[in-house]
Amino acid sequence: MSSATFLGMPPFPEAARSAVADSRARHNLHKATHTIRGKRDTVIDELGDDWQHLRAEGEAVKTHTLRHLDHYLEKLEESVQHAGGTVHWAADATEANAIVTRLVERTGESEVVKVKSMATQEIELNNALEAAGITAYETDLAELIVQLGEDLPSHILVPAIHLGRAQIREIFLDKMAEWGVPAPEGLTDDPRALAEAARVHLRELFLRAKVAVSGANFAVADTGTLVVLESEGNGRMCLTMPETLISVVGIEKIVPTWSDLEVFMQLLPRSSTGERMNPYTSSWTGVTPGDGPQDFHLVLLDNGRTDVLADTVGRQALRCIRCSACLNICPVYERTGGHAYGSVYPGPIGAILGPQLRGMSSEVDRALPYASTLCGACYDVCPVAIDIPEVLVHLREQVTSTDAPLGEKAMMAGAEAVFGSSMALDAVQRAAGVVRGAVPEHLPGLAGKWTDTRDVPDIPKGSFRSWWHEREEGR
Amino acid sequence: MRIALFITCVNDTLFPDTGRAVVRLLERLGHEVVFPSGQTCCGQMHYNTGYRRPAARLAVRFVQTFDGADAVVVPSASCAAMVRKHYPKLGRTGSRLSRRMADLGPRVYDLTEFLVDVLQVTDVGAYYPRKVVYHPTCHGLRFLGLGDRPYRLLRAVRGLELLELPGATECCGFGGTFAVKNDDVSAAMGFDKARHAVETGAEVLCAVDNSCLMHIGGTLSRQRSGMRIAHIAEILASTEKEYATL
Ligand code: SF4
Repeated sequence: MSSATFLGMPPFPEAARSAVADSRARHNLHKATHTIRGKRDTVIDELGDDWQHLRAEGEAVKTHTLRHLDHYLEKLEESVQHAGGTVHWAADATEANAIVTRLVERTGESEVVKVKSMATQEIELNNALEAAGITAYETDLAELIVQLGEDLPSHILVPAIHLGRAQIREIFLDKMAEWGVPAPEGLTDDPRALAEAARVHLRELFLRAKVAVSGANFAVADTGTLVVLESEGNGRMCLTMPETLISVVGIEKIVPTWSDLEVFMQLLPRSSTGERMNPYTSSWTGVTPGDGPQDFHLVLLDNGRTDVLADTVGRQALRCIRCSACLNICPVYERTGGHAYGSVYPGPIGAILGPQLRGMSSEVDRALPYASTLCGACYDVCPVAIDIPEVLVHLREQVTSTDAPLGEKAMMAGAEAVFGSSMALDAVQRAAGVVRGAVPEHLPGLAGKWTDTRDVPDIPKGSFRSWWHEREEGR
Repeated sequence: MRIALFITCVNDTLFPDTGRAVVRLLERLGHEVVFPSGQTCCGQMHYNTGYRRPAARLAVRFVQTFDGADAVVVPSASCAAMVRKHYPKLGRTGSRLSRRMADLGPRVYDLTEFLVDVLQVTDVGAYYPRKVVYHPTCHGLRFLGLGDRPYRLLRAVRGLELLELPGATECCGFGGTFAVKNDDVSAAMGFDKARHAVETGAEVLCAVDNSCLMHIGGTLSRQRSGMRIAHIAEILASTEKEYATL
């Protein structure tokens, strides 16, 4: 058993190169993203104009909450404590991992069951627990597949989206026994057989586990209620059966009241799985005597979020409700898959959230804002109207203002000099007209990145402007 | 109507035929076209790549060049979107410059918007006896919201058979400097776009932006597909008479 990590991945262009060449993964991904896209379109089109109203409402609630985050965080803390829970504050991943490890150790247990959670993936909690001799069992089907396969998640909602069912069958046959109940002999790759194998494998864990770790989709400040949306019911097992429940939640997950939650209960399932209503929605408020976990801890995670909040353009990324619609629609994600983004947050949201959370110092984070054509499809589908292209450009400005690649900087300066005067532009156009016949099919350097796969257009004899002036003179 | 033409640096340098077509078309419709000669580039490449200051300087230049115009027509949806959507963000909030930019923005039109919304024509009297597919470029589709305007213009062209392009709304993969920064992904997207177009059996792929066409066309040509690209202006400008001389 070992846990994978995104650390040490190459920057996007390089990682994407090998991903694009992997035709099996591309085929799986094309099929999966197009299927979810289709389902989403149907349940959104049927709402007509209501959808845009809902979307505006979702955006407004999130924007308001983020503006007054300090107030709502205090409110949430108070409500959770009042309901019998304990609240912990974690400034970063190290702190959060230490808190969770300590809490588990205090119970005397050496294993936990996990509800699918992006926050705990972000802080790589499983690796930290493992280092302390605690085994974390993922119980979401797709997370389970990724964990058993010693793989990395490649999608927010469906972390194993890059795998086909034959590959999943192999993973189950090879690995389940190492972790618990083995896969049945003669397991086929029929989706129902695979789901049944996972059910049997997980059931034993649910009955045994004394501690569960979760995240939350929403935290209602008013009442201190946490909410998890899932499709399998496995999360609910973890949330109700163990004695201790530890929830790691990003500070931006707050909504003020239950009536605000209502908006998101409509936005999220339609955007995420293309369903009108979410199958399993669990909510819990502190501790209820005699019912469910009797020891509840909320770990509120910052891990870069207050830095993002300080950026007036970039902060809209914190509105994200992790629906994955932007991944599913993204033509770049569809071809590279999630691993190329080098973090648990792939796709368009990953390209703006990851670099902001981590700071833009690594090569991976400086390449991510460029992992987009700025086609705008992500902004169109985002249920909380995050203008992802705008944030991408904003982050690109941060990259170029610190240290841009020298060649590119020189090219941009050169272009500006040419465009700074119509006479300079005219001179360059005339020069191009002179060498026009001599452009080879394959160009060196940066231009070669163009001519590797595409022809260059024929350079015309004269520019438009020279034609226009001749025409004017001839009048 | 006196129309100021912003040709764009890409069209000016690489696709003068598109510019000539715009002039021919607008003059045929009875309007006067002027070409403010101080014009150069809208700054889109700088802006999109993260070079905000040079983009802002080019924006100033643009505003000075076109300030008094009644209408500025641009045969490029992405450049029109740059001026209309992004210029106001380039000046300091509340500054004179950002006010001038915000004021000019609404008078800057992509060619197809200008024809349909301002001149209120869809039948421009064109003739083009070819099978054609239209690729709605991202800036035209999502940033300007061109909607069915280009389709209405194309459907009114005599002799033209408009075929449906599968996966039409998906980006072609050009994306400015994306095409070289992430060349593998860009090529994969361009390849799929070209394949979809070729499979329709069309002879010509048209769009409202020559930069996207340069990318798709470069891919089509490398594949020796035989399919041609054309800016929509060239289709709308052609008539029986001009067509005979092509
Ligand atoms: S950015 Fe928007 S579309 Fe993407 S995952 Fe977040 S909420 Fe969904």
